[in-house]
Amino acid sequence: MDMPVPDGGVIARKGRIVSRLRTVLPGDAVIDAPEELRVYECDALTAYRCVPLAAVLPRTTEEVSAVLQICSEEGVPVVPRGSGTSLAGGAMPSADAVILGVARMNEVLETDYANRFIRVQSGRTNLSVSGAVEAEGFFYAPDPSSQLACAIAGNIAMNSGGAHCLKYGVTTNNLLGVRMVKMDGTVVTLGGPWGEPAGLDLLGVVCGSEGQLGVVTEAWLRILPKPEGARPVLVGFNSNEVAGACVAGIIRAGILPVAIEFMDRPCIRATEAFAKAGYPDCEALLIIEVEGSEAEIVEQLARIRAIAMAHDPVEFREAADEDQARRIWLGRKSAFGAMGQINDYMCLDGTIPVSSLPHVLKRIGEMSREFGLDVGNVFHAGDGNMHPLILFDANKPVDLEKCEAFGAEILKLCVEVGGCLTGEHGVGIEKRDLMAVQFSATDMEAQMRVKDVFDPKWLLNPAKVFPLASSAARRVG
Amino acid sequence: MRPVTEAELAEAVAGASEPLLVRGGGTRVLGHAVGEVLETSGLSGVELYEPGALTLVVRAGTAVAEVERVLAAERQRLAFEVPDLRGLLGREGVSTIGGVLAANASGPRRVQVGAARDAALGVRFVDGLGAVVKNGGRVMKNVTGYDLVKLMAGSRGALGVLTEVSFKVQALPEAEATLVIEGLDDAAGLASLRAALGSPFDVSGAARHSGRSFVRVEGMAGSVAYRIGRLRDLVGGEVTVVEGEASGQLWRDIRDVTPFAGRPGEVWRIVTLPTAAEGVSARIGGEAIWDWGGGLIWVLTEHGQGAEVAAAVAGRGHATLMRGEGGPVFPPEAPEVAALVAGLKERFDPRGILNRGMMG
Repeated sequence: MDMPVPDGGVIARKGRIVSRLRTVLPGDAVIDAPEELRVYECDALTAYRCVPLAAVLPRTTEEVSAVLQICSEEGVPVVPRGSGTSLAGGAMPSADAVILGVARMNEVLETDYANRFIRVQSGRTNLSVSGAVEAEGFFYAPDPSSQLACAIAGNIAMNSGGAHCLKYGVTTNNLLGVRMVKMDGTVVTLGGPWGEPAGLDLLGVVCGSEGQLGVVTEAWLRILPKPEGARPVLVGFNSNEVAGACVAGIIRAGILPVAIEFMDRPCIRATEAFAKAGYPDCEALLIIEVEGSEAEIVEQLARIRAIAMAHDPVEFREAADEDQARRIWLGRKSAFGAMGQINDYMCLDGTIPVSSLPHVLKRIGEMSREFGLDVGNVFHAGDGNMHPLILFDANKPVDLEKCEAFGAEILKLCVEVGGCLTGEHGVGIEKRDLMAVQFSATDMEAQMRVKDVFDPKWLLNPAKVFPLASSAARRVG
Repeated sequence: MRPVTEAELAEAVAGASEPLLVRGGGTRVLGHAVGEVLETSGLSGVELYEPGALTLVVRAGTAVAEVERVLAAERQRLAFEVPDLRGLLGREGVSTIGGVLAANASGPRRVQVGAARDAALGVRFVDGLGAVVKNGGRVMKNVTGYDLVKLMAGSRGALGVLTEVSFKVQALPEAEATLVIEGLDDAAGLASLRAALGSPFDVSGAARHSGRSFVRVEGMAGSVAYRIGRLRDLVGGEVTVVEGEASGQLWRDIRDVTPFAGRPGEVWRIVTLPTAAEGVSARIGGEAIWDWGGGLIWVLTEHGQGAEVAAAVAGRGHATLMRGEGGPVFPPEAPEVAALVAGLKERFDPRGILNRGMMG
């Protein structure tokens, strides 16, 4: 992975930069010892590592502002970091960069049930936002699989999704406003608890900008009343095509499940060996979850059953109780862990039009044979968000190379059929050089203009999202 | 000018030497922009519609009525309930789908499914120099690059001229029903809306005007009946239930602000917190229609109430002058936000020719 040559001048001035940072932060909030900085050398994309210049852990918006002002004056790149769970290298540092971690900013600042919002500091973890409002019967809807660990700051940076976004949308649909610090230290408020902006929707472009426009320190989030109940069903098919047709049939019938998850045979076999959830051995498996009162659940499931039966499933399993519901989800939730037991894996998350599913799975199978690497597919089928898991041996450099080449081919295929490179993980460094597959130079220029306005010196998370060649002229300035 | 292809439109913008007034159907234009009219209605037609994937790609100048007809034929619709403000604003013309997104025009169902910007999946647009830009796409989950779709939604042509838009659409519900609640004063009537929205019963409309509160649910028939029953116990007051087409008409009137159409005075659209709704309205006076559980207030007042309205919403939301002579039409932004807006306009339209003067 190419990264820009670090700024030797900045590295030479490390002592001065660190002492300036210590003037605005408590002693334990500035980390500069190389052995302590190892923690920050990578995020969940562990194939790429680099020890940063320093790391800071501020507690308030004002401290963030002071840090950014100093870094801006010193010309030091800053890499914001939530909990470091990015699979795309969004929080990967460079040797001349200061990591700005928001982990200590985890307070709930305000809960307002009458107006249905919560205001939190951005370092708070996703699951603990729901935890803070659970007793009153509310929840925060976006539920990325890393929700126990991942921070709201990272969710906003990557516009994170989750299994239940078919009904509730992704982060941008549940984010009402932010307090954010620009690279020059200016504090701006975008949106607010009322949700709708008065003028341009700047909040909308900040969400998903991968920490390149500002450091979000506080967020107003929409909270929703919890449904009365939820229940999954499991449906097995002997063909990917038929499973895909069943998904389309359910959507066409006007039923809106909260989740429709899809697993293919390699993935089913791997999870079965690992988690023993009792899944049938079939070509394709759907987990469909519906919500509501008991009567509403029964009504929806009856319709789903009728549609599924018309597609001749090898299995249709309703959860009769909590334990059975848990077992239906068990395999799906263990899928990544199960694949990890077999080998190292790379997880992609391109999105495709649902109608292209059979074609794309067939092509992935063919490519798997061409590259000589196994692949399992987990898929948010309702919204077309794929998760091919390519297995490889990280101890063999040639395997990693092959795996990356295979991954790139899959993502090109996603774009070719009308989809996109990434549905929820973000571009980061991982897919940076594939952006030109999806976007023209003009398309990317329009996006980079936005960064020019928010961060004219391109110091904030600079070497991410855009191919290095296209952002080079800006990063030098 | 009325180009009929994206290339023609791009050429028209690139070659323009005077300011352009970008217009879909002109049914919801606000503000005081001046210039040669550039109409998008020549860019018409559905590019792609996949009912099984709930996705629609359509040229920006396509009439909303045509979009709704195409969707209805497959028993689907735009989820966010496009308001028809022609009556309120005294306009003629044919509303276009691009104009809807450019205004982020959203109706009562916003409380349940979000606004036009939340349903928008992709855009193509021509920037102020005539370059064609695409962003987003036709799939529901997409975080590839910056989300300019949201930036374009509600930008009212200030950053570029939309040429194509993609939306996530929704199945038509099998049934709908509305609780009509009488016998409550405004404070209690608004509290009943908040109680309904805070319940797990998936309310798709919560509004109040003329001394009556309205709470809507939609979905499968059995489910609608169940939720209406549960909500009836929750909201208080004297309740009657309106179903089907009668319920539909009731919500179209709220969506289109029909009670204020043709009546003299200024009309303000105020976005605020539901709990602030009564206080804001009381301070301004005049007549109010509350939607989104009180989070949206339509106010009909005498002319020249700008200062009073601004004072009433200060720190609690913002107000737009939808109809009237005074101003400013759009509320002023905080200086640090205004600087960002000015920077974006400068870069997307360096010559300052697109809808100059519209958003202040």
